Amino acid sequence: MIAALSLPHLLLADFGLSAALLAFCSALYAIPAALRKDARWLASARNAAIAPFVLLTLAVACLEGLLYSGAFGLQYVNAVTSRAMPWYLRLTALWGGQAGSLFFWCWLLSGYSALVMLRNWRRERDLQPGVTIVLMVTLLFFLGLVIGLENPFNKLWVAPGGSVSAGILQPAGALPFAPADGRGLNPLLRHPGMIIHPPMLYLGFIGFVVPYAFAIAALVAGRRDDAWIRVTRRWTLVAWMFLSLGLLLGGRWAYDVLGWGGYWGWDPVEIAAFMPWLTATAFLHSVLIQEKRGMFKHWNMSLIILTYALVVLGTFLTRSGVLSSVHAFAQSAIGPWFFAFVALMACVSLGLLLKRWELLRGDNALDSWLSREGLFLLNNLIFMGIVAACLWGVMYPIISELFTGQKVTVGPPYYERTTGPLFAALLLLMGVAPLAAWRAGAARRLGRAFWKPALVAGLLPAGALLSGITQLAALLGLWLAALVACVTLYEFYRGAQARARITGSGFWPSFVQLVLRNRRRYGGFTIHLGVVLMAFGIIGIELFQSETQATLAYGEQLSIGNYQLRYDSLVEFPAADGRVITRATLNVNQNGRLVTQLFPRRDFFTDSQQPMTIPAIYSTLAGDLYVLLVGWEPAGAGGATFKVYVNPLVNWLWAGGLVFIIGTLVATWPERHELQTAAERARALHLPARSVTGGV
Amino acid sequence: MTTTPEAIPTATPPHPARMRFLVGGGLLLAAIVYLILTTAAGSSTYYYTIAELRARGGSAVGEPVRISGAVLGDSIVYDANTLELRFTTVNIPGEQSEIDARGGLAAVLHAATTDPRAVQLPVVYHGPRPDLLRHEAQAILTGQLGADGVFHADELLLKCPTRYEQQLPQQSAAR
Repeated sequence: MIAALSLPHLLLADFGLSAALLAFCSALYAIPAALRKDARWLASARNAAIAPFVLLTLAVACLEGLLYSGAFGLQYVNAVTSRAMPWYLRLTALWGGQAGSLFFWCWLLSGYSALVMLRNWRRERDLQPGVTIVLMVTLLFFLGLVIGLENPFNKLWVAPGGSVSAGILQPAGALPFAPADGRGLNPLLRHPGMIIHPPMLYLGFIGFVVPYAFAIAALVAGRRDDAWIRVTRRWTLVAWMFLSLGLLLGGRWAYDVLGWGGYWGWDPVEIAAFMPWLTATAFLHSVLIQEKRGMFKHWNMSLIILTYALVVLGTFLTRSGVLSSVHAFAQSAIGPWFFAFVALMACVSLGLLLKRWELLRGDNALDSWLSREGLFLLNNLIFMGIVAACLWGVMYPIISELFTGQKVTVGPPYYERTTGPLFAALLLLMGVAPLAAWRAGAARRLGRAFWKPALVAGLLPAGALLSGITQLAALLGLWLAALVACVTLYEFYRGAQARARITGSGFWPSFVQLVLRNRRRYGGFTIHLGVVLMAFGIIGIELFQSETQATLAYGEQLSIGNYQLRYDSLVEFPAADGRVITRATLNVNQNGRLVTQLFPRRDFFTDSQQPMTIPAIYSTLAGDLYVLLVGWEPAGAGGATFKVYVNPLVNWLWAGGLVFIIGTLVATWPERHELQTAAERARALHLPARSVTGGV
Repeated sequence: MTTTPEAIPTATPPHPARMRFLVGGGLLLAAIVYLILTTAAGSSTYYYTIAELRARGGSAVGEPVRISGAVLGDSIVYDANTLELRFTTVNIPGEQSEIDARGGLAAVLHAATTDPRAVQLPVVYHGPRPDLLRHEAQAILTGQLGADGVFHADELLLKCPTRYEQQLPQQSAAR
């Protein structure tokens, strides 16, 4: 007798699958309904576009129940969970593998769609059919992939010959099969960063579908105003914030887990997630120009389309196994479908854009390179340059194979050399643009505003030079970062000062008022300050990382920088979840004073025969002392080998990330007058409704 | 032509600054393209299979390349004192289509490690032993072939498809 899925598991699996199928049907119905030029049909389409969220929520709840309770007769549950895993890892295994994460993706997409339907329905009525159709087509595509090719509800079956297969339907002669335990999630992914990193990244990725849907709808409707940009501005910011957060968390995970103190490896999949971030960042800048001066309309439309195309391309590259990468999912049949989807999307979008080209002519023309608009254009060109460098690097193996028959790859040095100067140029612009005036740009005027902060910022590299740092890249980087910091902080100071003068209140209350009343502007400046901090961190770890290694007996010590590490003991003990932990104890002295104890470990997961090196980190503002236990003699002999890194300023990178996210939150938060108008709108909408019911 | 009531200029009026922007933007883009192309040409490495690298013989010595092969578990020797890691890799097909035709990466890796006639290549790498280095893992190595016939890897990336069919995490290590 072979164990089969229990009845509750079977019911859950079938109920979840049915809900997913119903969600598919509902989304399918919404498309023709939205095409009818009739208010009632359109209202029905709206409901049909909200329904998938409810249904998929149920389906996700079913899958979570199956993952939590260990329904190992399901292929997906079996592949990503095991009895030994704690409950939170079993729940988050929802996005631990291909099928589940695609399903999770669908659920988030349906959530965004439902929110758009609920929040933005009454405004921009003529855009609604287009928005509904774009969202539902996208949902249908991803849901179709899930149901047809990567179904997380696939059950395991065993044929009379003993061979195991997976599928929804029972193959002839086969019996259901439920192993006693699953294979479990890879230990390297059992890290808090891995729990939040994928959902953040997905929320960011998928969020860009909203501005894309509105952009396409505006093109279809032939609108030449940019009300849709105002409607989707906050959506874009929210998506961008999640994507930023996802990238940051991914970097932190790599730093903690991959064991060489690196946070970014220019891996194709990292780049695939970075490219839409770059185009979205360019968009967030150039859209300001469209709002203020009615310019760059073609450009902004192209950026929205490009961002979303890069999202889909990135998903495709990650999941189809086309590229060799740290993150690649298993090869799968979804590749060609994705490719077709990207191609179709790109063709339709470009066709529409060209069709409406004349409608999108700018209201004004550029006057000068040194005007605010000109510098924003420059900023956009440089962002595009970075995207081009990334895209060329990622596609290089594919392109070279196509033309020469020989696969050629480029590594991190390529990316560093191409994007390095461009990032430096961006920093320079970040320092100059806030000083430039709208429209007119006179070199002399800009020069007058520029020389003071430029000089003040020069103090930092000068100090660095005196302390013995002679690397040109470091000095230039420090100057640029200090320049941005000076200019940005001065903007805050100037604004608060002016406000204090007008209102007569103190400096700090004025400062808070200033930020609260101009959230987008000062949120943006806060983000710039976050970038400055990150730049300091990157300069520190990239240019001044030092490392050493040593094999020590008990009581011996090694030195690196101003640290002395004394090796005290090594213990080996089993832990609850089936791993055996080997842990060393090191006493860390800094300049002769004991500052901390560190416990670098190596855990061995006996069930999967997988070791995992866990670094011990002593963090200060000056940098991290990052220690790895890389080898040891069999018990008692006492010799152990350590690899030690000093990563200067690296915590500025993480702190900068935090400031960055706070800045984005400030910029995203609705301003008071917006909240008021929203409340008024709601009242206005409810009043007639109440009077109607009163009449009845 | 347009049907909107407002007067919309059908073409941007000729503007003296327009030329400046086209030229300036064009120059900037040209500079970026030049930067990308020259850097790519200067830092590209060929991606060979082990058999291809071996077939190139002496001419391959010292040339920066990237190779991929299956790890032979019994060959792994790690000296924790010097962090010198030695192991042998076995040739696997380079083409994704060929890997798919042979039943996927896991099957290809297994077949390679059990085939006594497959082309092999000894590898040396200096650094901590990566957690994912094990029998039948796929190693993606960047480095160069030494005159001693040993591949000196600067970078080592590993994939273990056999254990985790759903997802192939890898671990990369840089010097």
